[in-house]
Amino acid sequence: MGLFENFFRGSSNKSAALAKERLQIIVAHERGSGRRGSPDYLPALKKELLEVVRKYVPVDPSQIKVHLDREGGYEVLELNITLPDEEPRSRRSSESSQKPGQS
Amino acid sequence: MATVIVVTSGKGGVGKTTTSASFAAGLAQRGYRTVVIDFDVGLRNLDLIMGCERRVVYDFVNIINGEANLNQALIRDKRVENLHILPASQTRDKEALTREGVERVLNELRQNFEYIVCDSPAGIERGALMALYFADEALVVTNPEVSSVRDSDRILGILASRSRRAEQGENPVKEHLVLARYAPERADRGDMLSVEDVLEILGIPLLGVIPESPAVLQSSNAGVPVILEEDSDAGAAYSDLVDRFLGKNLPHRFITAQKKGFLKRLFGGG
Repeated sequence: MGLFENFFRGSSNKSAALAKERLQIIVAHERGSGRRGSPDYLPALKKELLEVVRKYVPVDPSQIKVHLDREGGYEVLELNITLPDEEPRSRRSSESSQKPGQS
Repeated sequence: MATVIVVTSGKGGVGKTTTSASFAAGLAQRGYRTVVIDFDVGLRNLDLIMGCERRVVYDFVNIINGEANLNQALIRDKRVENLHILPASQTRDKEALTREGVERVLNELRQNFEYIVCDSPAGIERGALMALYFADEALVVTNPEVSSVRDSDRILGILASRSRRAEQGENPVKEHLVLARYAPERADRGDMLSVEDVLEILGIPLLGVIPESPAVLQSSNAGVPVILEEDSDAGAAYSDLVDRFLGKNLPHRFITAQKKGFLKRLFGGG
């Protein structure tokens, strides 16, 4: 660092301000689907839903996905259950079903 | 009742192991029976930082698999009384850390220790999830740099949703921010995110600021937790951090730049 630059530093560009602004935007966006966006009842909800579904259809625990999205002013609770392909009896509902609903 | 504390960050290379080693050593120095566990299966490093790499015989996975008992695997620190180290395995089998196995080992450790410090691996894979799952408190190690802050935010999200406390609806994991590698003069210049910036974004309480310091590398070269280098700035910062964790109300040091005189400013380098 040159003498002159050394003496007058402080007037350099403020990259930290840019970093903070970018972080605030990306973090707010990512929190939408994770932290704080994910209510703590979701794991329990998922467990109970799974128990109900398994009363009727033998689904694997990994085949149920619960996801909460926030867009604008509303929230969408998305429930995705993949039913097993092989069913002993023919059943019309044996394809995967998606049931989005509002919360 | 033992307290389980995870030292985590998401991003690698921010100072998790350095913090784990000094935090655990600091708790032990203050008289608490403390064990520090390396969760980085396959990339064991805590032993090197603590200077006990040549004394590793059995490891965490050996215990989980029942190939050794805890007394055989725990390494007693030679400098600090009350401090024990449980090294990670060098196996490449990431599946080796089972939730049941980890829980069993932690429950056994709870009988003999007051603080159980879990040194998390980087990332959000199995090892990192296992390290934080059973935590009561978390030290989130962050550098004043965009990728580190973002990853810390992700980890906070995981702590809030995928820890045992979250899953069982108990009180949430208590979060503490450890801002490491901080250079106050660069923050003052506007070239580095400041303490306030990071606090504003992450929104968790600040436990300590560790200054960027040559002492950290020097002490890791020697295999000594930097907190034992009491005359160093980083060592003093860790010492304050441990005292604060234990409830002391200490002002934060190392967050403002040392004022340089005119001549030093003119001739002394950055």
